[in-house]
Amino acid sequence: MHYAMLVLFLTYTIRFIFKKEIIVDKTMVEKIQSNPSYQKLVSERSSFAWKLTITMLVVYYAFILLIAFSPETLGAKIVAGGMATVGIPVGIAIIVFAFVLTGIYVGRANSEFDGLLNQVKEDIAKDTK
Amino acid sequence: MKKILLLLSLLIVSAFAAGGDLGAGTKADELNVPAIVMFFLFVFGTLGITYWASKRTKSASDFYTAGGGITGTQNGTAIAGDYMSAASFLGITGAVYLNGYDGLIFSIGFLVGWPVILFMISEQLRNLGKYTFADVTAYRLQQKPVRILAALGSIAVVILYLIAQMVGSGKLIEILFGLDYEFAVVLVGMLMIAYVAFGGMLATTWVQIIKAILLLSGTTFMSIMVMSQFGFSFDELFRSAVEIHSKGEAIMSPGGLVSDPISAISLGIALMFGTAGLPHILMRFFTVADAKEARKSVFVATGLIGYFYILTFIMGFGAIVLVLGAEGGAYLAEDGVTLKGMNNMAAVWLAHAVGGDYFLGFISAVAFATILAVVSGLTLAGASAVSHDLYANAFANGKKVDEQKEMMVSKWATVAIGVAAILFGIAFEKQNIAFVVALAFTIAASANFPVLFMSIFWKKLTTRGAVIGGYIGLISALILVILGPVVWTQILGMGEAIVPYKFPAVFSVPLAFISIWFFSITDSSEDATRCIEAFDAQDIRCQTGIGSDGAVDH
Repeated sequence: MHYAMLVLFLTYTIRFIFKKEIIVDKTMVEKIQSNPSYQKLVSERSSFAWKLTITMLVVYYAFILLIAFSPETLGAKIVAGGMATVGIPVGIAIIVFAFVLTGIYVGRANSEFDGLLNQVKEDIAKDTK
Repeated sequence: MKKILLLLSLLIVSAFAAGGDLGAGTKADELNVPAIVMFFLFVFGTLGITYWASKRTKSASDFYTAGGGITGTQNGTAIAGDYMSAASFLGITGAVYLNGYDGLIFSIGFLVGWPVILFMISEQLRNLGKYTFADVTAYRLQQKPVRILAALGSIAVVILYLIAQMVGSGKLIEILFGLDYEFAVVLVGMLMIAYVAFGGMLATTWVQIIKAILLLSGTTFMSIMVMSQFGFSFDELFRSAVEIHSKGEAIMSPGGLVSDPISAISLGIALMFGTAGLPHILMRFFTVADAKEARKSVFVATGLIGYFYILTFIMGFGAIVLVLGAEGGAYLAEDGVTLKGMNNMAAVWLAHAVGGDYFLGFISAVAFATILAVVSGLTLAGASAVSHDLYANAFANGKKVDEQKEMMVSKWATVAIGVAAILFGIAFEKQNIAFVVALAFTIAASANFPVLFMSIFWKKLTTRGAVIGGYIGLISALILVILGPVVWTQILGMGEAIVPYKFPAVFSVPLAFISIWFFSITDSSEDATRCIEAFDAQDIRCQTGIGSDGAVDH
């Protein structure tokens, strides 16, 4: 019991010191930057984030431009004799789409990106031993 | 402190007794008893939470970020509670009620900023910051000038947003509870000071969570009641609305709200990037333990806010049929065209139309809770800018400031901001305040967002670039709004506006970005080299979270 606590105490202390040190240490910066998992994480996550951002921007501004230049497209009836216009499902769909995009990102981040991140942290923990 | 909270409760009770007398026969038709009962339940409940939170708020970290111990789901709900302001609840429902489809365009603009916040800002903020977004912008730049810029940007947005909320709340309470306008504003101000000064972020978070749950359940119920009257057929709902509304079928398609492409794009930029520059929203990302919880927060918040906006659309159309079309014009003012109170009251009268006096009482109390939750979040963000950015960092000149002293400054800043909000709220009573929200979003998008974004992503950013660019964004936003149609023409009465756009973000945001770029690349000072060299270490922390604070157990 006491040993377990001692080990716990030591791990926390080491983690604490390690956390403080890593930022100031210049060699550590280079070490992390050259870590393959880190490189993969950074490049894949940022390209994914940019792709999703651009998708959202394109969808939203397409909608805005449609309103500005061709409001009658959105004002067209879905079915002749009905009341609902095309603009209503389109508008609702953009709201749902925004939510789905956040879900897609969170899904991939939780599995893939966090996996890579843990890999990086493990590698560095091994290195500092 | 217990005494102060009790005293405040007593004051409110006695005020209502007096206010009831004053209000009878003047502003409200009759005293709304169910509304007042619900209102008391909410106020006592939240003051109780404030008392509980105050015992758990000891360190600066507790005060600013609830110790970082809020879960992603809780934080997402609180963000939704923070973001679904009275302006969205009453304003967007009112906009749909007045113009039909155009109301939906606003909802979409308010929502699409969220995914972008998730992809670009939320995890980065959590990994780099501690209490305020200036922690991120000043991470590798010179503390003093960057903190002062961020604090000015934060305080400007907070005060403008507060004015809009205070004036709106004063009017609303005047109508709902029959209290005097000035009195209502003072009441809101005192409650928000109590929540924030005593309970800090923990109390603010729970007020926002409770409010979000109340608002979402109330609006869900209202929407189901509306749809049940039309056999859950949208076509029936729309058909009845078109028959009743004076604009007829025009309410089913985009109308005059967004007339020219530049205004449309500018509105889009202001709403989208403005959200990513609101200090009270950005601050919420520091209340969770790590980047994983931060991203979960946005996921939950986006879902709840999107769901809520779909409901406002149903409620707006429901109000056209059930409120505008109510027998004998029961909800109309004497002119027979506008609603009692104001057209923004569509959602409130719809509550009465579908659920009677008790449900009206519930929704009135929810509207009040909505205002309190939003103003509390704003006040806390403003107070943090004063105490953490200005007092503890910018003017400490590198000295370490005592944490307890910093908290005291924050609490006094809370009181000062609260008093300022009360005074501004009273001063602006008769003003057209529609522009202040536009101005707040434009400043957030033009001054706060570009500096934040560039500090996270652009290696070559220097102190000079960030500071000059940030001020250019701030000042150009201010000048363009003043020269625009709302202030120049409607408020100052100076004739045709010099700048014909209500939202000038399409000019001020790129201007800020270009200035940041230009004044950074032409900066060859020693400090510039240092800023650029420090980027790699910052980026590693930003990408991995290594070195950022973890959660504190409560």
